[in-house]
Amino acid sequence: MNAPLTEEQKIIHFLNRVTFGPTPAEIDRVKNGGIFPYLEEQLHPEKIPDPAAEEKLAQLKTVRLSSRELLELYPPPKQAKSRGMDISPMQTPRFVIFELQQAKLLRTVYSRRQLYELMVDFWTNHFNVFAGKGADRWLVTSYDRDTIRPHALGRFRDLLLATARSPAMLFYLDNWLSVSPDAVMNRFRPNAKPGPRQGLNENYARELMELHTLGVDGGYTQKDVMEVARCFTGWTIRRPRGEPEFLFNARMHDPREKVVLGARIPAGGGTQDGMKVIDLLSRHPSTARFIATKLVRRFVSDDPPVSLVTQVAKVFRESDGDIKELLRAIVESPEFFSPEAVQAKVKKPLEFIASSLRSVGAETNASPALLRYLVRMGEPLFLAQPPTGFPDVGSTWVSPDMLLARINFVTDLSNNRIPGTRANVDKETTFAMVAPEFQRR
Amino acid sequence: MDFSRRLFLKTTGFGLLALGLPPSFLVRAAEGETAKRGKILVVVFQRGGMDGLNAVIPFKDRAYYSLRPTIAVTEPSSGEERAIDLDGFYGLHPALAPLKPLFDKSHLAIIHAAGSPDNTRSHFDAQDYMELGTPGIKSTPDGWLNRVLLQTSNDRNPFQAVALTQRLPRILAGKAPAVTMTSIEEFRLRDSFLAPTLQRFYANVNDPILRQGGDNLFEAMRVLSTVEATLPPVAADGYPIGRFGDSLKQISRLVKANVGLEIAFTEIEGWDTHVNEGGTKGQMANRLKDLAEGLTAFYRDLGDRMEDVVLLTLSEFGRTARENGNRGTDHGHANVMFVMGGRIKGGKVYGRWPGLDPAVLYEGRDLALTTDFRAACGEVLSRHLGQKDLTRVFPGYQVPSRALGLIV
Repeated sequence: MNAPLTEEQKIIHFLNRVTFGPTPAEIDRVKNGGIFPYLEEQLHPEKIPDPAAEEKLAQLKTVRLSSRELLELYPPPKQAKSRGMDISPMQTPRFVIFELQQAKLLRTVYSRRQLYELMVDFWTNHFNVFAGKGADRWLVTSYDRDTIRPHALGRFRDLLLATARSPAMLFYLDNWLSVSPDAVMNRFRPNAKPGPRQGLNENYARELMELHTLGVDGGYTQKDVMEVARCFTGWTIRRPRGEPEFLFNARMHDPREKVVLGARIPAGGGTQDGMKVIDLLSRHPSTARFIATKLVRRFVSDDPPVSLVTQVAKVFRESDGDIKELLRAIVESPEFFSPEAVQAKVKKPLEFIASSLRSVGAETNASPALLRYLVRMGEPLFLAQPPTGFPDVGSTWVSPDMLLARINFVTDLSNNRIPGTRANVDKETTFAMVAPEFQRR
Repeated sequence: MDFSRRLFLKTTGFGLLALGLPPSFLVRAAEGETAKRGKILVVVFQRGGMDGLNAVIPFKDRAYYSLRPTIAVTEPSSGEERAIDLDGFYGLHPALAPLKPLFDKSHLAIIHAAGSPDNTRSHFDAQDYMELGTPGIKSTPDGWLNRVLLQTSNDRNPFQAVALTQRLPRILAGKAPAVTMTSIEEFRLRDSFLAPTLQRFYANVNDPILRQGGDNLFEAMRVLSTVEATLPPVAADGYPIGRFGDSLKQISRLVKANVGLEIAFTEIEGWDTHVNEGGTKGQMANRLKDLAEGLTAFYRDLGDRMEDVVLLTLSEFGRTARENGNRGTDHGHANVMFVMGGRIKGGKVYGRWPGLDPAVLYEGRDLALTTDFRAACGEVLSRHLGQKDLTRVFPGYQVPSRALGLIV
């Protein structure tokens, strides 16, 4: 394993890491055009025509609708009943999530903007929102389209700010409920109905630092969590199930001075308090290191080489978090093409399914039957409950039931037993796809 | 096959398969089965928030009747449409009648006004808190049942912890391995002819994660095929029709087959009764009937083995003390827990009754909490499973020094 990679091995390895699985056609393209020109092309997805994916997605009804429209057209079953609406399974919030899952799977299989889709997936997991939590059932469609996708290859700060302002995140991590302890609306009214708005909610502030930016050992204290939470009081949602839009509500905001990670945020800043925190956190060296670590773990190995993490963190600081620069730094590094990195990652379920479908040139409409395999393999799309998202280490995905689901998926794919999915798979390929080697990338 | 396709098959690792590696069958079966009869904990999660006040009725608290003009269950007396007296103060909902003999035999305990101390009324958050075992703290990385496993996990038995659910619940998520399955019969290869090839592939691969994964998978399938052969499912066995009854049936088979089961989890849905909850009949009564029939069938099915088993129920929160304008109840606070087992000190409703007077209701609307669910679970863990260090299972929680006394 210690001999340097041959040119062919390099190409396969490269495609295994920057796409959802090599196809014979892509291998030829990289062979003819070269690895780095291919990377540059992938870093500018807006210049890649993508008719196949667009055609597949054109059939989905909900992915282009606003959150308001989704609420109106796909109300909770009880509400639909009272309005006398037809409550077919096609008119429920569950259907909205289902189409979102379909869209994602179809893009991973058919889009030519593979690296872009891969980064959308990466950031969706990094800034995880559980689509099954209350109003988030109607908010995650927009979160994917309007929050993550515009910034997936942009600047980290812009992405962070977009998530901080997104109704989906505000709802998921409860910041929309967070009220300054001495805000006007929190004064004691003896006959007030007990409502959820009762004071400072630290949930978002904590996850913002622990999971989105600095990392758990990134050098913040419980005091910082409280101060950040105070900065974000008033960042709320107009009405989650009526007017699901971002709103800065000054009446909920704590106007006093705050000190975050040693930096003074003067009193009376209003919505600027939160903006200052976003700037502070997105430019903090711990964030550079934390994001570099996660990216290197995704692209190189479960145990990210320290040398490369240090290098990528440096690029993060020097480029002000330019995601394209980070990806260039990783792919151009010697660590990326080292023999130790080859096959070092266990494919997560989405990667496994997409790479299987891509390698055999399957035709699919991402039916419920296909999506169910993802559930059995442990990765129901948009439905990771914890704010950490799904872990990015191999041992997560190999419990007996998950491995069995992988093998049975290949069997069903080979025998054309998955409704909505068709492929022509010979015996040799079936064997190849159930083998341990194909579980890795 | 064109060149690039062949190259593709070869270089993605497929080529290795042509090397004709020698078959080395992984056989643990030869070691023979050591009949393990360890202690087992079964957790049933009632998702949606059960209305504990209508499951175990405090009929002597007159406030109960004024708070619930249309859905209250009448106090015990003769006749069917009434609560079943337990101790002169509490009564079982009539749909829970099958549980009464278990209660009388002292194999069923009830804890009233129990639950999670956090005040959230969100299903999602409340379930999370209860499954993580850290009310109010969302960043806990693993579920409390998984943390139990971390301390007892000693071998590679794939069936130490099993969730009979569609996906791994948070209560079992974490570093210790746990299997998720919907039934014993479904846990098999879709193409059994593939088995020898697969075993050869996975036994010979120079990849610790996947070699171990394959090893565990084949072991799991081998064990389950034995279970299937020796303990075929019985048709008329009293389990209620549906996912809940089925899952308890599967758990019972795993217990009886001595596969080394230590922790099992399942769930029963449909408790979110905001509208037309019903009293002695209706929506909630139907759920209770399922619950009671499921627990009773499980109890009968296991017979003497119930000596080794404790089954306990959890639900994320109770419901408002007052019925709402739709003859239902909204998300509330404290609830009821059931604890069943051969060595349970049952026949008693545990927990201090906080009362339903409007002045003592939690936040002016809900049953107040007098027993933290972690106190009850902790007691079962230490007295039944022999768990020594509860602070690792429930970090930041001090189990009360005075035990409830749930276990003989």
